[in-house]
Amino acid sequence: MDLSAETLLEMQRRMLRIRRFDERASLMVKRGHIPGTVHTSIGQEAQVVGACMALGDGDYMSGNHRSHGHPIGKGSPLGPLMAELVGKATGVCGGKGGSLHLADFAVGSLGESGIVGSSIPIATGAGLSSKVLGNGRVSLAFFGDGAANQGCLYEAMNLAGVWDLPVVFLCENNQYALSTPAHTVTSGVIAERAAGFGIPGVRVEDGQDVLAVYEAAAAAVDRARRGEGPTLVEVITYRFNEHSEGLRLGTDYRDKDEKAAWLERDPIVLFRQRLIADGTATAEQLDELEAAVLREVDEAVEFTDRSPYPDPSVAFKDLYTEPIGVLS
Amino acid sequence: MTLMSYLGAIGAAQREAMEADPRVVIIGEDVEANVYGTTGAGKSRKDKGDFLELFGANRIRNTPISEEVIVGAAAGAAMTGLRPIVDLSYSSFLYMAMDQFVNQVAKNRYMFGGQASMPVVFRSAMFYGLNTGAHHSDRPYPMFMNVPGLKIVVPSNPYDAKGLLRTAVDSDDPVLTFEACMLWGTKGEVPEEEYRIPFGQARTAREGDDVTVVAISSAVPEALAAAESLAGEGLSVEVIDPRTLVPFDAEAVIRSVQRTGRLVVADPAHRTCSAAAEISAIVAEEAFESLRAPIVRVATPDTQIPFSPALEKQLYPNRDSIAEAIRRVTGTRAGSTSEAARLASPAPHL
Repeated sequence: MDLSAETLLEMQRRMLRIRRFDERASLMVKRGHIPGTVHTSIGQEAQVVGACMALGDGDYMSGNHRSHGHPIGKGSPLGPLMAELVGKATGVCGGKGGSLHLADFAVGSLGESGIVGSSIPIATGAGLSSKVLGNGRVSLAFFGDGAANQGCLYEAMNLAGVWDLPVVFLCENNQYALSTPAHTVTSGVIAERAAGFGIPGVRVEDGQDVLAVYEAAAAAVDRARRGEGPTLVEVITYRFNEHSEGLRLGTDYRDKDEKAAWLERDPIVLFRQRLIADGTATAEQLDELEAAVLREVDEAVEFTDRSPYPDPSVAFKDLYTEPIGVLS
Repeated sequence: MTLMSYLGAIGAAQREAMEADPRVVIIGEDVEANVYGTTGAGKSRKDKGDFLELFGANRIRNTPISEEVIVGAAAGAAMTGLRPIVDLSYSSFLYMAMDQFVNQVAKNRYMFGGQASMPVVFRSAMFYGLNTGAHHSDRPYPMFMNVPGLKIVVPSNPYDAKGLLRTAVDSDDPVLTFEACMLWGTKGEVPEEEYRIPFGQARTAREGDDVTVVAISSAVPEALAAAESLAGEGLSVEVIDPRTLVPFDAEAVIRSVQRTGRLVVADPAHRTCSAAAEISAIVAEEAFESLRAPIVRVATPDTQIPFSPALEKQLYPNRDSIAEAIRRVTGTRAGSTSEAARLASPAPHL
């Protein structure tokens, strides 16, 4: 893999954007500045960014409840995302979606989904569009190990397989569906399930390595773009925070040693060391990159603070393209 | 004008839509072989109008039996540039894809603040009254009326079937059309040229002064037959076919009730939370002072659909039960004790 220094630094930048954004969002939930709940991708940045950077600007993606990382990884500006989390009019969805239903069509983000597995068919349909229209676009569906047990994944892999759709099914296996360990509810290996559909299934054992994820995802994207059909990519990773911010579980379902070992494998720290070691960047350059990202997050919060809440009448807008009477 | 069946009119609308716009694709189970008769003219030959021959395998796509991904993929395709028509064959199969209908198709545009549009049509046929038993006989349109974001179409004749389907394909919002198999064979004059019927505009199928009957789908011809027979008894019955339930032409119904002072709603769906229930409530809220008698619903009782013809046939609104309801609201009840009349009355457990 021969990636330019610019691309490598962009990977680190995007991982940092996710990390700092999610850290700030987590803080804002705790302080009551963000209503509802948020699910962070802290610890999982390498698999998000590795996958997103394998996509081109015109490519599509769909996601799930662990929702901010995906559009950020695809290049969304942070201000409208943060404003959406707070429910402001300037939010990327005008305050209608919130954390669980972010979408930024400008960067090909077709929407996150609060229903586990539910957006997998949407990405599959985007693949159908590309195929019928012949526009060469690829779509990628992010989903977790929990969604890997939803039937719609198998309907989608079958359809994409039989129609050779340009789709990448990317399983972010962070090993827990809320408090339930994946191995207690998942028979066999997720990546191996692809074999039953006659499509490649690959497993990235070190999902904390952004380059390993990028390599696997890029191969799947290339295959899709060549018209050879879908691929299932399973990435093993770990979430450093709780399932969602503010969630307090009585029982400690994650082994302390296991968690400590994964925390040692922080994808951003690992990649920073690598960039310095191979001479891609100096520590000073990377410090400046981190500072720039932090400023960007600060500006996103300032933008959010300055933004108004939506007018209540907007609750009745966008249900249909042409308004029809909504009965009160 | 040409004489066309209800089913033929649907096929004609699909063909016109596909010819007019290369973004229109048809996906569904068995659409290549034209099993249900709307993607071709019978034999698999181009000169007979076979869709697979005419439009190719890229635009006419047989799907696996996988309703959830069919519906979700059509939604995703609609959000990214296609205008799919999805043939879901039996309307009872829509339940397989409830998550996609409710959480994706209906919500995406709204949740995403208008970034998405969802130009997709879902066609399904209601096989009620044809002895297909409980798993094929549903009339589920009221369930979907309860989901904001969808448009619901219920054509009752060939002319409307063609014109409404063209409008549905033009719509940038998701449309569910519920077609009644009972009506498949009915024939009517249909223009050969293109035309569209706007959504939310009811059709007055028969004018009258004494009572308004709002009838849905296959209840329309039954209501017209009831009106005809009651005309002989001196009753003047107005029959309104809403044609689309979402959007619903409340004005047309209210205007009619304000004139006649009486309302009967004939609806093949189950009684509880039926379209009839909603229409009755709208009239009760908006035109109560015009009513000279309580509103009467003629709907299918809240029971599952049995197989035996002896059991099934009595359940749906028909000319007798509609006529009995009209007599009830006009105070000309003949004291009938027929099963149809009993079923037209509120179920004993209500």
